[in-house]
Amino acid sequence: MTEPRDIHAYLAEFEDIPGTRVFTAARARQGYHLNQFAMSLMKPENREKWKADEAAYLDEWQLTDEQKQAVLARDYNQLLDLGGNIYFLAKVFSTDGQSFVQAVSTMTGVSVEEYQAMMNAGGRSPQGVRSKKDSN
Amino acid sequence: MARITAGVGSSHVPLLGVAHDQQKDRDAYFAPIFEGFDWTREWEKTEKPDVVILVYNDHASAFDMKIIPTFAIGCGERYKPADEGWGPRPVPDVHGHPDLAWHIAQSLILDEFDMTIINEMEVDHGLTVPLTMMFGDVAEWPVKVVPLAVNVVTYPPPSGNRCWALGEAIARAVASFPEDLNVQVWGTGGMSHQLQGPRAGLINKEWDNDFLDGLVGDTDRLRKVPHIEYLRETGSEGIEMVMWLIMRGALGKRTKAIHRHYHVPCSNTAIGHIVLRPDNGESFDTRDSTAASDAPLTA
Repeated sequence: MTEPRDIHAYLAEFEDIPGTRVFTAARARQGYHLNQFAMSLMKPENREKWKADEAAYLDEWQLTDEQKQAVLARDYNQLLDLGGNIYFLAKVFSTDGQSFVQAVSTMTGVSVEEYQAMMNAGGRSPQGVRSKKDSN
Repeated sequence: MARITAGVGSSHVPLLGVAHDQQKDRDAYFAPIFEGFDWTREWEKTEKPDVVILVYNDHASAFDMKIIPTFAIGCGERYKPADEGWGPRPVPDVHGHPDLAWHIAQSLILDEFDMTIINEMEVDHGLTVPLTMMFGDVAEWPVKVVPLAVNVVTYPPPSGNRCWALGEAIARAVASFPEDLNVQVWGTGGMSHQLQGPRAGLINKEWDNDFLDGLVGDTDRLRKVPHIEYLRETGSEGIEMVMWLIMRGALGKRTKAIHRHYHVPCSNTAIGHIVLRPDNGESFDTRDSTAASDAPLTA
């Protein structure tokens, strides 16, 4: 037994990690249609329809207005908050011709170049970003 | 009798597939990554495994949110590379080993693991990138593959302890397969990386290397690492390392490392790679036995 038996205790710990949205069941439920929309871009014909008219394509899916706006704005932090998962959202930025580095860096508050430089220098240190309550 | 002869741990970063497919794998950025696999490519040519049980996670390719199996095993004949948004990778189809796969599936279910059986699916970079790293540019993959997909996306994923125990059950299943087969088990994914949110780009070299240490020898301390520790220390996607524990569990009580490689950066991640042998304990027993410890005194 390596995990807490109490699901509430298990889930509560995830909210203590700074700058991180763990893809819990609550987020999976909230983002179901958002992630299924993103998944649809796996098919070339859907990518063409999407590129031709993004708003019209989105209207075919049961997304909330907030989710639709965040997709159109490519606001990935907001999409994570609204139940998106990065592996699904990857279909959106791949269709845009963006790499993981380009898309992921938009969530960090620094430019693509600064993010790339941080990775080349060994990445973000875990020091100070392990826990909100312990500030370490 | 089928036998597990080695375990391989490896990251499965999609960019490596792109670099290989575009022949950039010896460019300055990629060379330190690919060079770490040169040893393994030569070694695999002499090992000639018949089958690889390839533990990986699907990245919203074969599975979407409609169905989320915790552990799924591919029992099909053949799997095509998935189109992940930029067209399928130009790599050969993956050939399964349905007889062995169905045997393992049945054995695991009787061993109280609730497996999902997959007969048809496409396989994404999680499975094809490790094949490229280990075998390079080939017209046909030189092994048959039993895909074993693990949910590490929607929480909760399986515990490290459960993954290790699954590996132990896979070893029992393989040992009871009557055909003489040279079988390897690969655990893929990781190492430290976070692909989301303001904390994206997290890399923890110390933790990763301690994890690699923990795969070697007779310790089973890694099976006790809770999910929260992977997330805090190695980033949200570092949780993929639980899949390496299925490989480690399948190798038995003791292992020895015969190759190891670690490099940062690879896209947003640290790349980790290790090749392990099951250790029958002779070296340990000789050292620990009365006769061996008496030897210096009587010499």
